[in-house]
This record gives sequence, structure tokens and C-alpha cells, in this order.
Amino acid sequence: MGFHRLEEIAAKAKQEQKPFWEIIIEDDLSERMVTREESFAKMRHMYEMMKKADREYEAELTSASGLVGKDGARMQQYLETGNSMSGSFMGQVMAKALKMGESNACMKRIVAAPTAGSCGVIPAAFLTYQEQYQVADEKMIQALYVAAGIGMVIAERAFIAGATGGCQAEIGSASAMAAGGLAYLSGGGEDEILHAAAIALKNLLGLVCDPVAGLVEVPCVKRNVIGAVNAVAGADMAIAGIKSRIPADEVIDAMRSVGITMPSALKETGEGGLAATPAGKKVTDGLNQGSNGK
Amino acid sequence: MNLFDIIGPVMVGPSSSHTAGAVRIGYVAHLLLAEPVKKADICLHGSFRATGKGHGTDRALVAGLLGMQTDDGRIPNSLQVAEEAGMEVDFWAVELGDVHPNSVKLLLVGVNGKRLELTASSLGGGRIRVCEINGLTANFSGEYPTLIVNNQDRPGIVNEVTATLAGENVNIAAMQLYRSKRGSSAVMILECDGEIPQEDLQQLKSLPGILDVAYLSLKETEE
Repeated sequence: MGFHRLEEIAAKAKQEQKPFWEIIIEDDLSERMVTREESFAKMRHMYEMMKKADREYEAELTSASGLVGKDGARMQQYLETGNSMSGSFMGQVMAKALKMGESNACMKRIVAAPTAGSCGVIPAAFLTYQEQYQVADEKMIQALYVAAGIGMVIAERAFIAGATGGCQAEIGSASAMAAGGLAYLSGGGEDEILHAAAIALKNLLGLVCDPVAGLVEVPCVKRNVIGAVNAVAGADMAIAGIKSRIPADEVIDAMRSVGITMPSALKETGEGGLAATPAGKKVTDGLNQGSNGK
Repeated sequence: MNLFDIIGPVMVGPSSSHTAGAVRIGYVAHLLLAEPVKKADICLHGSFRATGKGHGTDRALVAGLLGMQTDDGRIPNSLQVAEEAGMEVDFWAVELGDVHPNSVKLLLVGVNGKRLELTASSLGGGRIRVCEINGLTANFSGEYPTLIVNNQDRPGIVNEVTATLAGENVNIAAMQLYRSKRGSSAVMILECDGEIPQEDLQQLKSLPGILDVAYLSLKETEE
């Protein structure tokens, strides 16, 4: 990618009076030497696959370890009672995030965005938005370019893997990407997109990657919920005119330095945090016994 | 890295680094070996070793070696597929030293006796980096058509290789040179913007001073 800073994309969009997503698709065309139609069709495919994965959630499935499954359906049922405090929009975001996270843990087909562990964040936010605001697919796909551009800069300046930067690099990045996309969908320009992404990432700085037994299950599935909910909040704040006092690119740099100084026990090694709790260790021991018996 | 490494790949879960990245490492090794794998020794390092099983890293690597891609629905059952295909697979826990935590060393023998030793790391988001081939340093992503030339370390060889590519109007995106010591064997890695025709690969192989040529074509991987 030709951009190392979100500010560069925003500046180019302003200067050329083009939407933010347009600058990102143009970069893809020159980078991969493809036509606009090819690039857009590929992004459309990604969006279709997100929808498909959401549709094909299996309410009765649990992961091989037995740790996760069925919670997306539970949340959905609860929403239908009308008692949810989160309301219909946020409640649906939560249900969809759980479903996608569970499908991933059950080795079903998903779209990594940016990673598999964080695959529920963007679809939860985007699919809910489209369902509730009746937006055309074209606009949703444009928003995916916005999200992808933000993710590219994060990957370039920092990292997107839990093993290198902790959960903030996965769920945090996904949340920033989703927030930027939602800001665009809600009518935001480049400033709002950057503030939304900055706010979302700031809120998840320091989040550690501490999966129980090293599996992308506990706490990963529910962290998708917090990433998606945080994205909606970040976008709403940005559209309300609330600004991030720390510019987006500097927030990304902060995420990088936090990730570098984070101890390795908290970076996807399954050694620290929740993985090291008595309950977490009990799960790990149980699974090890099971596999030794084979 | 491109946009569709960030939104994408479409993949079988649960982990882009431990599942999809592992499939890609196996797949790149499968392309480089250029013949079906008969025997694979899979040496898992770091986080691949520690948490690989729960992420299906073992099944993912084998799936890639069988030529499956990251969205193949057979990945969860790849060990059975390998058995049916007569591929012998062994897993080892190793310490590879100062490499990325998600790394693996593959020792492969093909059905026609061809051997490949490859160390690669999964960087997150499904992206990978090959760091060693047959004992020599390497550094490429497998995202471009990649030419790997093992040659004698003497003047003029780089010129002959790049002239061949220039003759086909193939642009070089990145180029690296490594050698074990002066005058001994060396390796040249060229990541290209376009595919290199088969005839040129054959011609390169026949040049004096060139010991071996491996080529990673991406033609197969296009959807």
C-alpha cells in the first residue's frame, strides 16, 4: 500500500475532493494491477461471504473443545423478548458478533477481518447497519474499503496479530476498522472516519491476548462483541462531533509501543491472564488429558 | 500485503495465523516442491508448537501440503485425506531459535524423490514469510510469482537471470541475494509482477553455474 498514515489518505481525499474509500480502491488498482470492476467484485465477494457465514450459523453447534457455541442463538432469543437493555440495534450487533465468533471456533468458513479471531466485529456492525437502515450493497462495499484502508495502515505501522501485539492488535484493529466504516455509512467525511477509528482503538489499547488453552474461544468470542459495540459507540461519538484528542496515526503508534512492551505471556501464548486462572488451567488440563488418551 | 489480506481471506477457522497462515505455508511448500508430497516431517516451533493442536495447525499444514487453499471445507479432515493419498506425516516439537513465534520447518520428500527443506512463519491475518529454503536464508511472502535460483557465487549470474526476465518483459518487484560464503553456493530470490513462462525456467536451469531453479507460480491460486 502506498499509504503509511491515515492522515495521508484523508489529505488526498480532501485535495482531490474524492470520498475516502475512493482513494483506497485507487491504491488497490495500482498495487494489484487490476481493474476497478475486478477489485469491486472481489470486495463484493468478501461481503457476500460475510452475509453467508452469518446466515449459515448453526445454533446447535459447539466447538471441538466444548468451550463455546449456542450463545449467539441465546442472545437472539433474548432479543426477541424485547427486554434487552441494549435495544434492537446494539442487541443485534451483539448477537451477530457472537454467532460469527462461534462459527469460527467451530471451523466453519468465515472472512478474516483483519484476523479470524476478530472475524465477528465488522460483519456484526455492518450487517446490522444494513438490515436496520436498508442501505444498498454498493454503499456497504464502499464502507468495507474504508475499513480495509484503516486496517492496512494499522498493519503497516503496528500489527494485527495477537501473537505480536495482543488482543488490541486484533479486536482493537477490527473495532477501529468497523468504526471508520460505520462513520462513513452514517454520513461522515474523512475527519469523522479518522476520529471514529482513533476513538475505537484508544478504548481497547492494552487489551491482552490470553486465550484459555490457547484456543480462539475464551475470551475471543465475547471480545468480538466488545469490539463491535465499541465500534458503534466510536462512530456515533465521531458523528456527534466528538473528537479524539490524540490523532489516529498516533493512536496506532501507541498501540504498537504498548504491544511491544506487553509481556509474551499475554500475547497468544496461553500462559497469562485468563489462561492462567484456576478455571482456565483446569480447562487446559482437561483438554490435555483428552488428547493424551488418543 | 494487499487490501484483501486485511478484508480476507475467506477461510476455515479458527485462527488466521494458526490455521489460514499454516494452510498457506503448506500450500507454498507444495507449489515449490512441484510434485505430490510422499513424506512430510513437520517441525513445530513456539506458538505453533504450544497451541497448534487446538487451532488445527497440524491439519492446516497438511491440507496445504495436499494443495488445499484456506477456504477448503476438507481442512478439518485433512489428516484422513493425507492418509488416503498415501502421504506419510510426522509431527515434531522443535526449538528453531530466533524466529517468529508462529514458525514451522518442513522437511519434504516428493513422490519422485525431490527434497525440500523450508522454514516459514505465519505473521498474522493469514500472511506468511518463507525464511529459509534448503538451508539458505530467504525472505518472501508467496504473494507474488517468485523465482528462487540456487547458483554458484560468481560474477555475471544475476545479470543472466535478470536479462531472461527482461526478455519476457517481466518486472521484478523485489530481489534478494544470499550466499553461505564467498565463491560457494548462493541463492537469488526474485518476486515478480508477472508470471515467468515455463521455457524460460527450463533455459535458466540449463545455464552454467545455476544449480537449481524453483518457481512459485500463482496461476493455480486465482479464483
